[in-house]
Amino acid sequence: MDTINIGALDLGMAAALVVALALLTVRMEAGLGRSLLVSALRTTVQLLLVGLVLKAVFSHADPWWVTGIALVMLLLAGREVTARQTRRFGGAWGYGIGTFTMFLSSFTVTLLALLVIIGPQPWYDPRYAIPLLGMILGNTMTGVALALEGLTRLAFQQREVIEARLMLGQDQRTAMGDIRRQSVHGGLVPIINAMAAAGIVSLPGMMTGQILAGNPPMEAVKYQILIMFLIAAGTGFGTLGAVWLGCRRLFDERERLRLDRLA
Amino acid sequence: MPRAGLLRIEALHSVLLGPLSLDLERGEIIALYGPSGAGKSLLLRAITDLDPNKGRIALEGVARERYTPARWRARVALLPAEPRWWADTVGEHFPARACHRLEQLGFGPEVLGWKVARLSSGERQRLALLRMLENGPRVLLLDEPTANLDPRNTQRVEALVRSYVLETDAGALWVTHDQDQARRVAERMLRLADARRMIEEGA
Repeated sequence: MDTINIGALDLGMAAALVVALALLTVRMEAGLGRSLLVSALRTTVQLLLVGLVLKAVFSHADPWWVTGIALVMLLLAGREVTARQTRRFGGAWGYGIGTFTMFLSSFTVTLLALLVIIGPQPWYDPRYAIPLLGMILGNTMTGVALALEGLTRLAFQQREVIEARLMLGQDQRTAMGDIRRQSVHGGLVPIINAMAAAGIVSLPGMMTGQILAGNPPMEAVKYQILIMFLIAAGTGFGTLGAVWLGCRRLFDERERLRLDRLA
Repeated sequence: MPRAGLLRIEALHSVLLGPLSLDLERGEIIALYGPSGAGKSLLLRAITDLDPNKGRIALEGVARERYTPARWRARVALLPAEPRWWADTVGEHFPARACHRLEQLGFGPEVLGWKVARLSSGERQRLALLRMLENGPRVLLLDEPTANLDPRNTQRVEALVRSYVLETDAGALWVTHDQDQARRVAERMLRLADARRMIEEGA
């Protein structure tokens, strides 16, 4: 391995760029200076903490530790999905729909990758399990958040159209057809674009990382292709599940549109 | 003369409405009027089951719960005051892209190819009535169906609803603010004084 180590001074120079950007946005009155700095600070603190945690976990591969970290990641992802909704479902559903569908899709896909495809020894080896879950869960989170946001926003905006279709004797599935398609579309477009642009417009981060770490490019590429497919599957199943559950929650047993269930 | 038993409503109520009871006979049109905000539209929405509500409703002796929601709304159909359209052309909103009564409301067959975005509010209202009738509803719940229409088209809509009700032995609950219209179209008049009180008045 011939990675060049970077120090605090090197990070500081990169941070100066962000500070410069923040100052510029303040001068332009874009109103983003503060959130830019706060999120840059969050990146620093969160990643440093994760580094410490990973260091500890990698040093003793314990399945309970891995499970615990996976659950914390899931709960935080669920919180992010909820926080990004302008009109979220009220009560436990607001948190539950996103978290549950992310759990089903990204945990299944990650387990499949660990047990069947990559097969590290032991299968829960944190060096594989945690980054893999992180990438799949992170992308699934984006897809689920976009899809749920689209679903609830469109249902709210187009409530009169939905009800007009119900009034004409359409069932809930038919009446929601266009909105369901648009929501799924919104959730899946990022990963479809990422797959279409991979290697041409952008070099995916994980592959770049492996190459920087000194791995042969073809090995890095194979891993990246695998990851892309896993991410697509995780995002896709998560998005479909979230939209399906969300649609069901938007209607009651007599197929009435229940926007009062949105907070 | 009206004959017995089309739509029977007993103690229909929701958070904002009722309890209200009502019998609609075959071949009968009931005019429903009352001050704005009294809950006329809410009542129609509750009957067609768009808002949560309780009470016993039966169509020709069959309880509402025994219908699928979609089937119920096609049989006991609501025409809202401002009907919505979702596809580009008029024809896409009609089953099988066809309509049998276009000429009765002054339209030619070419109207099915028109863009919805270019319709006037009156055209939308008349076409929405035709769109609803294509499902062959047994009960029409009409929420001010002539509010945007000129006298000639108002007359056409009144004639169409009357002939539909008589020919198919259906019934209609017709919300109107126009007392003359109520007398022209309806056998009975009901006044919704507020969301909890309905008063029968002679026609």
